Amino acid sequence: MPKNRTEVLVDVCKGCGLCVEFCPKKIIRLSDDINSSGYHPAEIIDQEKCIGCGFCYLICPEPAMVIYREER
Amino acid sequence: MRKVYHRPEGLTDTLMRYCPGCGHGIIHRIIAELLVELNIRERTVGIAPVGCSVFADEYFNCDMIQPAHGRGPAVATGLKRANPDLIVFSYQGDGDLAAIGTAEIVHAAARNENFTVIFVNNAIYGMTGGQLAPTTLPNMVSTTTPRGRNTKLAGNPIRVCELLNSLDGPVYINRTSVHTPQWVLKTKKAIKRGFEIQMAKKGFALIEVLSMCPTNWRMSPIESSRWIEEVMSKYYELKLFRDLTKEEK
Amino acid sequence: MSERYLFRGNHAIAEGAMRAGCRFFAGYPITPQNEIPEYFSARMPDYGGVFLQTESEIAAINMLFGASAAGVRAMTTSSSPGISLMQEGISYSCGADLPMVIANVVRGGPGLGNIAPAQSDYFQATRGGGHGDYRTPVLAPNSVQEMFEFPKLAFELAERYRTPVIILADGLLGQMIEPLEYTFDPVDPKTLPKKDYILDGCKGRERRVIRSYDLRPGYLEKLNFERIKKYQKIEAEEVRYETDHLDDAEFVIIAYGTCSRVAKAAVRLARNNGVKMGLLRPITLWPFPKKMIEELTGKTRLFIVVEMSMGQMIEDVELVVKGKAPVRLIPHPGGGIPTAREIWERFQQFREEL
Repeated sequence: MPKNRTEVLVDVCKGCGLCVEFCPKKIIRLSDDINSSGYHPAEIIDQEKCIGCGFCYLICPEPAMVIYREER
Repeated sequence: MRKVYHRPEGLTDTLMRYCPGCGHGIIHRIIAELLVELNIRERTVGIAPVGCSVFADEYFNCDMIQPAHGRGPAVATGLKRANPDLIVFSYQGDGDLAAIGTAEIVHAAARNENFTVIFVNNAIYGMTGGQLAPTTLPNMVSTTTPRGRNTKLAGNPIRVCELLNSLDGPVYINRTSVHTPQWVLKTKKAIKRGFEIQMAKKGFALIEVLSMCPTNWRMSPIESSRWIEEVMSKYYELKLFRDLTKEEK
Repeated sequence: MSERYLFRGNHAIAEGAMRAGCRFFAGYPITPQNEIPEYFSARMPDYGGVFLQTESEIAAINMLFGASAAGVRAMTTSSSPGISLMQEGISYSCGADLPMVIANVVRGGPGLGNIAPAQSDYFQATRGGGHGDYRTPVLAPNSVQEMFEFPKLAFELAERYRTPVIILADGLLGQMIEPLEYTFDPVDPKTLPKKDYILDGCKGRERRVIRSYDLRPGYLEKLNFERIKKYQKIEAEEVRYETDHLDDAEFVIIAYGTCSRVAKAAVRLARNNGVKMGLLRPITLWPFPKKMIEELTGKTRLFIVVEMSMGQMIEDVELVVKGKAPVRLIPHPGGGIPTAREIWERFQQFREEL
């Protein structure tokens, strides 16, 4: 079970790629799939490495990201 | 696990129709988060401009009004003076605020009206398809300066914060950006300050936010972010111009 | 009989507005109506309302847009060039169905024109004035007493139909001094019914949006058809006019505002000379007293339209008369005021030519 988790709201994402650029762990990429609006949505490739920093949420214009952090 | 970041209650369920990578969505979300965090959503009236963000009246989960192009500060003055218990914010783009609405913003600032202005500067007219804006940079290409902005013909850009900073009226003037997560956080802090100043009935706050327009800049969202970092923020200096509440202390 | 006071028209309209519950005034100085903002600035603090001298008429009308959305009775006043600047805001206010009162103390035009009394903004006032499909009720006072009373009527109409209402005065009505009676008790805005569309924060209710656009295909047309129904109701129920010696009139003068006072003297002159002349004075210029003119058309030998403009209201008269009776014009474009003698003499000419 990962400590932190980032969820992509696939049909809200417009595939702009800003989250891909700013993820400090480089665990986001644009999917080959196409969502209901015709975009390639972001997807998390390695959930284990997510530090829950929220950069992807902060830079997301939609926002299509949901961030969970471990309870401390 | 705890949900720490998610779509705020200050936004409606309507999905935003801005282009991929457009900064409006980020700035909307910041305001929407603050409406909830400051517990002001239920006494706020937001003003949507004319331009791409005309649809802001569908996106903010609070009372909204959509007036004529550039007249937001006059409408805000009417609302706030008629009902001082309201929290009023005027959301305006560069064409709305710095071209057609120049008189309204300058005089609202000079009167130190007690409302908050979020001024989105993306150096271009988005809604109408990429024409010259009052904030278009020298030599920058737009659809009405196809050879680049020749300042001898098309005039020079307007630096709104610097302009308003020459007035005695405003309490708070800050220029930030949303091109990186770090700057998104700084923008949120600045807009929060603007709302707090209004809540304390101290007066006029304007936060200028540099924002990406990938579509009309003919750049990818990532190139747009870099362009703000490397070019636009050099012309429009990112800094706090004034916070009179700090000087009081 | 209650006490009477000597009042200038411009002061009377301001006093009347505040007594009618107006608690927001924004405006920009322009002659010949400067006494109105001056009076508001002196008295509004006593009423606990807002007075603001603005950077332009554009700002003023848009402040009304905001104040009206917040629910207060809001008013602005200006004169012709300033009212031209306000057309944008009036159009948006009609598009957003916001009540407000706008008084135009008309002066000569076009352009900067002059500062003499005129009625040359008739088309602008009665046709909507700005862009898009809309109308605004137009009230035309002809005395200081009515300058005092019409703001109250205007606010009532504005709120009943959620529309801007225009008071169309002129420089003479603004400047002249007459006795005035306080014919109604001051309205306490707190006692007015609560409006269900205003923006006061969405606590305990759905959020509200006030806007003048709808980009969804077909929706704007639907919305405008709804608004047209409102205009039809206004046309059916809100026509106001005054008559003088119409019962047996063979010749009818149609005149409003300042001209109607002169016309009344002309009717007296004619009657003294044995001529059966009468007067129809529209009080609402829109809605226009069409039915009354229709009724008169069958029994009138000649209509004479007297206006301080080049011939604007005459078009509304002709639209009703439809060529079934002769209609003649005595125009005064550019700040001139007709005299009773002049009307009488021109009438005799017209009659000979029949």
